[in-house]
Amino acid sequence: MSAPKQMHLAAHFPGVNNTTVWADPRSGSQIDFSSFVHLARTAERGTFDFFFLAEGLRLREHNGLIHDLDVVGRPESLTVLNALAAVTDRLGLAATVNATFNEPYELARRLASLDHLSGGRAAWNVVTSSDAFTGENFRRGGFLDRADRYTRAAEFVSTARELWDSWTPDGISRPVTHSGEHFGIAGEFTVPRAPQGHPVVIQAGDSAEGREFAASAADVIFTRHGTLDAGRAFYADVKGRLAAYGRRPEDLKIMPGVSFVLGDTDAEAQQNADEIRRLQVSPQNAILALEQVWGRDLSSYDPDGPLPATDPDPESTLVQGRVRVGDPLAVAAKWRALSEAKGLSIRQTVIETTARQSFIGSPDTVAAGLAEFVAADAADGFILVPHLTPGGLDDFVDRVVPLLRERGVFRSEYTGTTLRSHLGLAEPVWKG
Amino acid sequence: MSASRPLHLAAEIGGPPHYYAGHYLALARLAEQGALDFVTLGDSFTRPGLDALAVLSRIAPDTDRIGLVPTVTTTHTEPFHVSSAVATLDWVSGGRAGWNAEVSTTGAEARLFGRRPAAPVTELWQEAGEVADVSARLWDSWEDDAEIRDVATGRFVDRDKLHPVDFEGRTFSVRGPAIVPRPPQGRPVTVIDGTSGPARETAARHADVVYARATTPERAAAIRDDVRRRAAAHGRDPDTLRVLVALTVDLGDAESAPEPGLSSGPQLAGGGSYYRGGPVDLAELITRWHRGGAVDGFHLTPIAPGRDLERIVNGTVALLQHRSLFRTFHPGGTLREHLGLARPASRYALARTGEEA
Ligand SMILES: Cc1cc2nc3c(=O)[nH]c(=O)nc-3n(C[C@H](O)[C@H](O)[C@H](O)COP(=O)(O)O)c2cc1C
Repeated sequence: MSAPKQMHLAAHFPGVNNTTVWADPRSGSQIDFSSFVHLARTAERGTFDFFFLAEGLRLREHNGLIHDLDVVGRPESLTVLNALAAVTDRLGLAATVNATFNEPYELARRLASLDHLSGGRAAWNVVTSSDAFTGENFRRGGFLDRADRYTRAAEFVSTARELWDSWTPDGISRPVTHSGEHFGIAGEFTVPRAPQGHPVVIQAGDSAEGREFAASAADVIFTRHGTLDAGRAFYADVKGRLAAYGRRPEDLKIMPGVSFVLGDTDAEAQQNADEIRRLQVSPQNAILALEQVWGRDLSSYDPDGPLPATDPDPESTLVQGRVRVGDPLAVAAKWRALSEAKGLSIRQTVIETTARQSFIGSPDTVAAGLAEFVAADAADGFILVPHLTPGGLDDFVDRVVPLLRERGVFRSEYTGTTLRSHLGLAEPVWKG
Repeated sequence: MSASRPLHLAAEIGGPPHYYAGHYLALARLAEQGALDFVTLGDSFTRPGLDALAVLSRIAPDTDRIGLVPTVTTTHTEPFHVSSAVATLDWVSGGRAGWNAEVSTTGAEARLFGRRPAAPVTELWQEAGEVADVSARLWDSWEDDAEIRDVATGRFVDRDKLHPVDFEGRTFSVRGPAIVPRPPQGRPVTVIDGTSGPARETAARHADVVYARATTPERAAAIRDDVRRRAAAHGRDPDTLRVLVALTVDLGDAESAPEPGLSSGPQLAGGGSYYRGGPVDLAELITRWHRGGAVDGFHLTPIAPGRDLERIVNGTVALLQHRSLFRTFHPGGTLREHLGLARPASRYALARTGEEA
């Protein structure tokens, strides 16, 4: 029998999303550096591939007011990751950085600096999500259309690669001249070729354009497809797009963001998960989630009462700074059907429909579930999103990782020093 | 009165580029042993080497007390990102961050971005002032106690304590508030070289620490007086500014006959000052200028940091300490504490509660 497929694991620093249970007494600071150190060191103890930071460039608003019910406030990613490079040895360090509100020369230099300072552990999650609302914090404003954001991102990544390739492997710098639709750059890059050749590129986005961009340019894709069937369909779709770019399926790792809840038994884990959902979807948060779909002020509704009879406003700008998922009319219809079928209140409906707990159970059950996903080609690994800052990964590393190792589906020690080597990705060929 | 003012010392640790952290860490630790206020790392988009803020973030967890001041340019960068990165350096260093605001004047720098041509220096310093201004506002935009974690009402933050900055500059606008909560120092320390005319006004208005490149104590004192006068005209208390003489030092030939007179050294471009001689004579010079009340301290740029910083710390600084002119340890933890600067209150908190600034 051949050796089982190896999985990749990454740790998402929890914050700024309703995955976090900040009301839990064990919940610590989302901003003190010690929190980042704790989670990163735990991930490294678990021989994880990388540590992942999300990004948001404007505080979310709801109905013109700053959203105050979730964790808010976070540090600037690359700066934190450089500091984390000092307290970790092998762990990859991945920063989410928007391609719309940055310039390739500066960002390529910052990423290459992180790669040097960490000995080849840098990664960039290229996102394009933000809109004019976020643009109000930036020189360029928010004038890019959705489609243009991906063409800019693609040109951004290829321009960064021209800069990273501008030093020969033997340390000779040559001037770069780039003249494209979005960028015109002429001059010398000040940082020699990075230890990894190029920092690892991650893409997070789900549209056809997003998938195509990932297939052409990314090393890792971060998805939200957390069920086995959805995962397999996504996996097949994305891997199928690679050949058109002369790439092999193993050149792009597919890693869904998943949460997990552990207990000594499956029943206890389910109880814990229910409790977490109850805390995440407080009465206030339930109304808020409803307003996010309906795009209307529903503050007078009783969270323990029935769903509104009116339809959502598809043109609403009630919610700002958060990606709206799916067609609101369709989502509302689905919620209504569920609520009627099961006799659920607003809060109960929200609890059921927005569940993100992908893996719930005893350590054995969770290890088996993760392994099954990978064996079934629904994923190459996972970006784990814990509920608690910063201790939310402790139990996973202590109790689940050893079981994954026993199953032979996850490494027991690092075999390389760079993130590319953890991910089994070849160093990019130098294109002089 | 002036003789009793505490002496402040800082050193640049840049030089020929190195592409690993250990080199810079060793220098920063040396400066920390000498109880210096801060180390700086120069940068520009055309300077060979790593991003300075990245390097100082990388060494922050491996140092304890020393202030960390990277050069950050304001010309082709995004003010919102700049303020977030400097605030984050403050978070990861436990309140030891500053930034030396600089402008990118050359066509070579402009061509790396391709967004706009090189602009006149006066305009660039005006813009730098706006970037310093909006940064300070963003650092203030979260009041210190904005995070409440009130389980009873489900509110994580008190939104009345988060403030849009609504800044409209000539070349940019920022809505705010910051995404980074208020950093440990309230506002990280802003450093500007105020020697040149266009930068002087920006420094007087926005900087906590101002460099003065001068070849005589009289010239340094004149710059200091001018900066303080301008600061007062902007409604600032001049005693919240520290003016440091920026001196390039070459201690390479310590055995040679001392050349204490600055005029005997070559002049650097831009009217900079240059010292060549031994560590003891440098201590004499520092003592003389500081005792005369011309300056609050010195920012020393060693010609060869690996060699000269050791001579500065173990020679010059040791002698100043022996003469009780310089402290032997850091009594506080933050860069503001080293500099004797108060932690500012958030302007929005003051406005909201109706207190006087
Ligand atoms: C799993 C996942 C995580 C994401 N994380 C971020 C993030 O941290 N910051 C951000 O600005 N956008 C984030 N996004 C948004 C995407 O980058 C993308 O811009 C958005 O989904 C719109 O593109 P699409 O239509 O291709 O999905 C994320 C998307 C996904 C699927």
